[in-house]
Amino acid sequence: MGDLLWIFVAAAVVNNFTLSWFLGLCPFLGVSGRLDTAFRMGLANIFVLLVTAVCAWFLNAFILPHAPYLRLIAFIVVIASVVQFVEMAIRKLSPALFEALGIFLPLITTNCAILGLALFQTNREYGFVESISFALGAGVGLTLALVLMAGVRVENELRDVPDVLEGAAMSFLVAGILSMAFMGFAGLFSGVA
Amino acid sequence: MAAPPTTVNEDFIRGLWKENPVFVQLLGLCPALAVTNSAINAVAMSAATAFVLCGSSVLVSSMRSIIPKQVRITTFIIVIATFVTVADFTLMALLPDVHKELGAFIALIVANCLILGRQEAFASRNTVGRALADAAGMSTGFGIALLMLGGIREILGSGSLFGVSLFGDSFEPWIIMILPPGGFLTIGLLLVVFARMERRKGGAS
Repeated sequence: MGDLLWIFVAAAVVNNFTLSWFLGLCPFLGVSGRLDTAFRMGLANIFVLLVTAVCAWFLNAFILPHAPYLRLIAFIVVIASVVQFVEMAIRKLSPALFEALGIFLPLITTNCAILGLALFQTNREYGFVESISFALGAGVGLTLALVLMAGVRVENELRDVPDVLEGAAMSFLVAGILSMAFMGFAGLFSGVA
Repeated sequence: MAAPPTTVNEDFIRGLWKENPVFVQLLGLCPALAVTNSAINAVAMSAATAFVLCGSSVLVSSMRSIIPKQVRITTFIIVIATFVTVADFTLMALLPDVHKELGAFIALIVANCLILGRQEAFASRNTVGRALADAAGMSTGFGIALLMLGGIREILGSGSLFGVSLFGDSFEPWIIMILPPGGFLTIGLLLVVFARMERRKGGAS
């Protein structure tokens, strides 16, 4: 149990996917303009990450031992198609949920955070429950980063920012400072692990 | 934007600076920031990306008439993933140290939106020669950007370049530059410098 909690917290804050591994930067810069969009994007990410963890675990356990060189292709194709099917199912079963998350799903299917989760999970040889915990942690971490970033950017809109700093440059500097703040978590749990 | 370039030469030049994939198009940021804590990693990453980008551009462009429109993205991704797998295994066999250092980021070249973007926007619509020139230009531009980031971060963060110490023992390295925040800060400040240069040029003419 302690292990699972550790995996969750490590993925969420200590090694935050976006701010310390640079995974999922496209949505981080693209959709962090408004708070509610950022939050919904985060939720959609958590959802796809969970699907990914299950798919990757299944592939690693049953299929890939027979064909290790197909790992990358198998991950991408299976994850993309499963997300597509789940998307169709949600559209039928719960239109409200689809309204909230649907438009983001195709965008994040081949996002590097998704593939990164599958690969890290493979490298560390996580079992089923550990993978789920890792995916949840990663998703919460991504959501946290997105929401923080959106909060700062909304505030920044009202400030007088120098011309040359506008746009991407400003976002990167903000991300750098957020990332520095998250480095404060480094060393957390080092005594336990 | 100007009229579409017509010569192979222009296809190549475009990617170097004017449409630089990292600094102008902001594509492929994940590898550009994650592995550039030293110049040598930046070179390895650019070489692997160049191989994948050129290989997939040539293949996609030569198959462009037989790829059905509806499944083109899927086809591109499978082509790219194949080349990445080749690059991954080649690096593992030839340079195991570099492979270990870059870790999962070699495999993550698949998710580099620069490569998929070039297939969709260029390789699938142009002849093999032009697609190769475009891919080579974009890869070189990507390499230039990575080398700048890696060079700056290694010089400031470790006081060395390609592992050769530059300043002697009295230099106190800025550890932050080789840690994740350094990546964000370096690219942010570089973008500020470029915006400033652009403004100067615009003001002068």
